[in-house]
Amino acid sequence: MRRIGIDVGGTNTDAVLIEDGKVVRAMKAPTSEDVTTGILDSLKSLGSTGLLEGKKIDGVMIGTTHFINAVVQRRHLTKVAALRLGMPAAASLPPFCDWPEDLAALVCGGVWMVEGGHEYDGRPFMPLDEAAVTTAAHEMKEKGLKSVGISSIFSPLDPSHERRAAELILKVIPDAVITCSSDLGRIGLLERENAGLLNAALADLSRDTIAAFEKSIKDSGIAAPLFITQNDGTVAEASQARRLPVYSFASGATNSMRGAAYLSGLQDAMVIDVGGTTTDVGQLKNGFPREANSVVKVGGVRTLFRMPDLLSIGLGGGSHVQLDPLKVGPLSVGYKLLKDGIAFGGKQLTTTDVAIASGVLSLGDKSKVAHLDAATCKKVFAEAARLSEEAIDRMKTEAGDIKLIAVGGGAFLIPDKMTGVSEVIHVEHGDCANAVGAAIAQVSGECDQIFKDMTRVEAISAAQGIANDRAVAAGAARNTLSTIESEDMPLAYLPGNSVRVRVRVVGDVAAS
Amino acid sequence: MTARELTLDEIESLAVGAWVLGTGGGGNPYVPLLNMRALYKQGHRAHLMPASDLSDDDLVAGAGGMGAPLVGAERLGDPQTIVRAVRTMEEHIKRKFTALMSVEIGGGNGVRPLMASALMKLPVVDSDPMGRAYPEGQMTSTAIGGLKPSPLALVDVRGLESVVHNTPNAKWTERVARKICVEYGSTAIMCAPPRTGAEIKKWGIHGTTTKAIAIGHAVREAQRRHEDAVAAILAVEPGVLLFKGKVVDVARRVTEGYLRGVLRLDGSDDFRGVSARIDFQNEWIIAYRDEQPLAMSPDLICVLDSVSGEAVGSETIRYGQRVTMIALPPPEIFLTPKGLDRVGPRAFGYDLDFRSVFSS
Repeated sequence: MRRIGIDVGGTNTDAVLIEDGKVVRAMKAPTSEDVTTGILDSLKSLGSTGLLEGKKIDGVMIGTTHFINAVVQRRHLTKVAALRLGMPAAASLPPFCDWPEDLAALVCGGVWMVEGGHEYDGRPFMPLDEAAVTTAAHEMKEKGLKSVGISSIFSPLDPSHERRAAELILKVIPDAVITCSSDLGRIGLLERENAGLLNAALADLSRDTIAAFEKSIKDSGIAAPLFITQNDGTVAEASQARRLPVYSFASGATNSMRGAAYLSGLQDAMVIDVGGTTTDVGQLKNGFPREANSVVKVGGVRTLFRMPDLLSIGLGGGSHVQLDPLKVGPLSVGYKLLKDGIAFGGKQLTTTDVAIASGVLSLGDKSKVAHLDAATCKKVFAEAARLSEEAIDRMKTEAGDIKLIAVGGGAFLIPDKMTGVSEVIHVEHGDCANAVGAAIAQVSGECDQIFKDMTRVEAISAAQGIANDRAVAAGAARNTLSTIESEDMPLAYLPGNSVRVRVRVVGDVAAS
Repeated sequence: MTARELTLDEIESLAVGAWVLGTGGGGNPYVPLLNMRALYKQGHRAHLMPASDLSDDDLVAGAGGMGAPLVGAERLGDPQTIVRAVRTMEEHIKRKFTALMSVEIGGGNGVRPLMASALMKLPVVDSDPMGRAYPEGQMTSTAIGGLKPSPLALVDVRGLESVVHNTPNAKWTERVARKICVEYGSTAIMCAPPRTGAEIKKWGIHGTTTKAIAIGHAVREAQRRHEDAVAAILAVEPGVLLFKGKVVDVARRVTEGYLRGVLRLDGSDDFRGVSARIDFQNEWIIAYRDEQPLAMSPDLICVLDSVSGEAVGSETIRYGQRVTMIALPPPEIFLTPKGLDRVGPRAFGYDLDFRSVFSS
């Protein structure tokens, strides 16, 4: 097994080559404005080592924060036509009703609500008003809208109205890109609809980004399929990731935590990932990030995504340092670190300058930071440690000291002894933990179907068997499979004991 | 009548507190809260008054939803349909209401009468007949008080309107109304049998909206300060922590207009190695620890998100969630022999004598 993992971060694009479970090489290149160049540069520098010569690469797995950043920073978003099937129900709460106003203003291209939808038992709530859907499609076309989010009442039980509406829209707007809420899962109209609308808002960015990724790989001369890492630590083929970019939202954080687990060999520990601007703290349980418990908001929008539970604080290698009174972060010089930091001839004192002055890092011009005496440096490090300790304490679910894995480019800020921590573990290639996490991403198998004349327990176990087989067929090692989602809904309207079961399992890539 | 205008911030707290008192059911108040935000934005205001300020001949409408909470999460709900339920009843009895009331403070029904209050300019009485949420209409202080069990109006957003005109008791009202509700799609907006000011003063469970606001306020403050929100609830209410753990299985089914099922938990923290199970019928009815009864109705069993302290409902709780189970004391009236007849474990089909977690 030979894989390349790439993490496209805000500051650096990291690439690692993993061969039979070992990190053979790790490379860093600055992230470029066009993304492509950064990836191409890091792939080329991997290639220049001669390590790839004549070898088959099983896959290039890319993790990116592109999609979530677009929503958070309100950039590169597509105007979306929202079509909801379910009138006259829910009329007082139209699509976008619980979005932050600025984001709704950017994304909402128009809202159409027509009759349709289903009951909990599968009967139609109202017949689908096909004429109204077609009228809506013509209005969308007039407004120049091409990205459409369709939601329908109880569509996870019966997606037929959403699918029919999509067909009708495609007749009017043949190049429309349509997200049906039933593709994104579960019960809860508003949250499912929100996920669908966010997904639709990423239609253009997703198409362009995935195309850029594919071009970079092609241009680098590497012949390998592209995979995009997902929120749950698995990978999706490029075509699916293009269609459902929201599933890649939190993959950056998931990758760094899975990478930390892999590099340290620990399954249960706290992970602190210190970047240039922010530090993320999360907890590993059985080698996976602990999931956020409550409703997850993305850029202020309420969704039902499963996301790793993370605490982010404004501390990193580029954090501004103020000496009197002492203050570290949350402002940061970000990607301008090697220009604006004092050791690099700039004017802003940063945590990296302090690390250079105290000899922790050998970068830049040490003489430029000679005025920082040892006592001052010590005070700054102590403040960074205090901020980290506080974050670690808040993420703990039980009292007692815990092992801490420090990764990321700014991990030098994490001292070897900390309050509430039994042991601080710095790992080799820890600064590329995200890329490592991408390279070792897992394979999943899913089963979502209706079982008849079985007990609930039999149906779930049948679904599990199918999902397991699918995961193994997709390349997972059977002895590593574990269930990460299991949901069942009885279908009272169907004869016999009918139940719809959805099971998702994941496993490590089998050695080949 | 002295009624005061509620601030939107109080309603935000009410939504959080009512969900805790919902004991798993009553439906997530998030949708009613969204409706309140929209109504306040349009300039409408809701008002609250204490039951003690009612005059004996005031006429009070209990307005709210019934059905399976799962359906509410899809069909949502709108203020106009609640107004229509109240109007349907007025048309039937040929009298006008002077105040509104919650049919149950727990869950979405703790907020729904405010939606009608904002549009009808009628105050909401700070009382309810449950002090929590319960799945059935006869599980109320007003039924225990023997108040007239009919008429009851049921409406649906599609324009369906029904009145259960006359029944011998609340159990029959519930049976007939439930059939109508199931036909509507297992969700309906109802106007409960009209009550006089005198009846509410005598039989209502008082101050429950204020109580829910206080619980919600405690949770929101704790979240804001990054403090333990579960502890914050136990600081404002005389509750008991029962269990802490992770959801390992949820079996649920929609039958007869209810969401029924079983929740299983594996213990964490101080409860490592212990398992728990909760049976539910919309609401959490009975909890077991290692298959021994741990807490049961009418004690309030509240399942909370261990991190945020917010309640988790039976329709949305999911595999892997980390939750904390607490018990809150029930209204006194449910502890009387008549009360236990209606809401004790036997009323839910369990052959058990009621034992309160607060009696030992």
